Amino acid sequence: MNAVDQIFVSTQHWLAGLAPASVRPLVSMLLIIAGLMAAFGTCFALTTVLERKTLGRMQNRFGPNRVGPFGLFQPLADAIKMLTKEDIVPFSADKILHFLAPLALTVPVWLAFAVLPFGRNMSAIELDAGILFFFAIGSASELAVFMAGWSSQNKYSLVGAMRAIAQMISYEVPLVLAGVPVLMAAGSLSLPDIVQAQSGFALGFVPHWNVFTPWGLAGFALFLIAATAESNRCPFDLPEGESELIAGYLTEYSGFKYALFFLGEYLGLFAVTGLAVTLFLGGWQAPAQWLEWLPSWGWFAAKFSALIFLFIWVRATLPRLRLDQLLNFAWKFLVPLALINLFVAAVWWKFPAAMAIRWLLCAGLLAVPYVWLGRHWNGVTPKPRHYGYAE
Amino acid sequence: MLGRGILRGLIETWRNFQGSYYDPERLTTVQYPEEKLPPQENARTIPFLIYDGQDPLAGLRCTACSICAVECPAHCIEIVKDTAKRPDYLGKMQFHPKVFNIDMAVCMECGICAEVCPFDSIKMDRVFELSGDDRRMVLRMSDLAKSNDYFRQIHPTEAAAVDAARAEEQRKAQAKKGASPVPAAS
Repeated sequence: MNAVDQIFVSTQHWLAGLAPASVRPLVSMLLIIAGLMAAFGTCFALTTVLERKTLGRMQNRFGPNRVGPFGLFQPLADAIKMLTKEDIVPFSADKILHFLAPLALTVPVWLAFAVLPFGRNMSAIELDAGILFFFAIGSASELAVFMAGWSSQNKYSLVGAMRAIAQMISYEVPLVLAGVPVLMAAGSLSLPDIVQAQSGFALGFVPHWNVFTPWGLAGFALFLIAATAESNRCPFDLPEGESELIAGYLTEYSGFKYALFFLGEYLGLFAVTGLAVTLFLGGWQAPAQWLEWLPSWGWFAAKFSALIFLFIWVRATLPRLRLDQLLNFAWKFLVPLALINLFVAAVWWKFPAAMAIRWLLCAGLLAVPYVWLGRHWNGVTPKPRHYGYAE
Repeated sequence: MLGRGILRGLIETWRNFQGSYYDPERLTTVQYPEEKLPPQENARTIPFLIYDGQDPLAGLRCTACSICAVECPAHCIEIVKDTAKRPDYLGKMQFHPKVFNIDMAVCMECGICAEVCPFDSIKMDRVFELSGDDRRMVLRMSDLAKSNDYFRQIHPTEAAAVDAARAEEQRKAQAKKGASPVPAAS
């Protein structure tokens, strides 16, 4: 078990050991980077095709199924197409910024993977303030998006970039606030420590994952909503709303630069999903004691894939929001709830650990504001609705 | 409560997702080049010319009257009359086309030519796989000529009606011929 669990770590150690001692730290770091890029690059390629297939199935059609078995080689065909397309730079564009924007998006996104623990002893660097590093790096993508929109000299790009900035800055607040109770619980900013704090089982079978507490569940939901908005995915894909803005800040990009934006977007999603797994779903911990024989990275991958599927599922279900609804939702609903959640987490930890009472009290403290805010956050009391198409 | 509609929507998409794997009602896609729907009788694409007998060009019903070319809203039909006459199915001497071209790039497949043709010569075809590897879009007489058997095969009802009408005309002409030669000869 231990050998399989640590297979990536030991392979990396063995390969680094082959290098001369003077360059060993450098080689060791490069190996980790290469491993991460290979793993998540493949993950990106697979996700693009599986997402399209899943979306297809949810819309009652086959997805791509022409290239290779079950269409699994579709990403290769896409890559060839992207690479052979003409790279068009608009005449009046700011050429330097236009060139730099896709890089400025992709590089920080890769950096975010450095602090995530993918398995036992499997994080590239164990920063004491890993989560701070993650959020700091994650917010750099806003700059890249605005660079892209501004340098394109196109009104659609600019409006898209404007929307992106408004959306990403608004949703950064609930994203971070939803994660704060976890930091309170773990008492640490380091991601491996947060995973460690979620180990063990209550009553012998309920894992100590944060998602199984009221504040954790609420935080998880808030975090997922904010993460969807942060990674510009449906239903929060206003910055690139095809029907309104052509493709928003991507309008003037083609060929490989466009592919880089795509890559950056998906990697951003992966990173924030990995963080959600780490913060709320117990990271690489197994959900039950008798399942611990499976390698830790396998559990991380399983939870990670499940969350990615959830994102695809939501994308297939929900229509796009309007901009004012989007911002109202962030500031009038998510942020107050996240703050209440912080308070509830404090109550949870101050209360003696008599399970049922504590659970019910905290759940009630969250449910009441949820229902009240859900009715009144928009200033109008909603009438009963009829979902004609869903019935 | 906020979020109920979202949950209902999620359930709906989930039903689609798993249903598409076993419920043929849900997955109605026909994967075209491999699978094809059975063709419909009243489908129509480009026009074609019917010939009787074995030789496509000699047996053409077309008499180069140019009604179709005049009626065509897109003016995609070009007809040049032949100088010599040939007897038609009733034994009457008729002109025949020397050139009959249809510009497929212009034809909008409206079927007016087939409606106005008094000789049941031009009819609408059912072929739809018309893409090719060159840009030759003008169909010549030899490309357009197709046998009556083909017409019977693609539009059986209409072909039966046309055949019956033509047989009736032929019978009448025959009867006339059998009756009239006597006064004509006298």
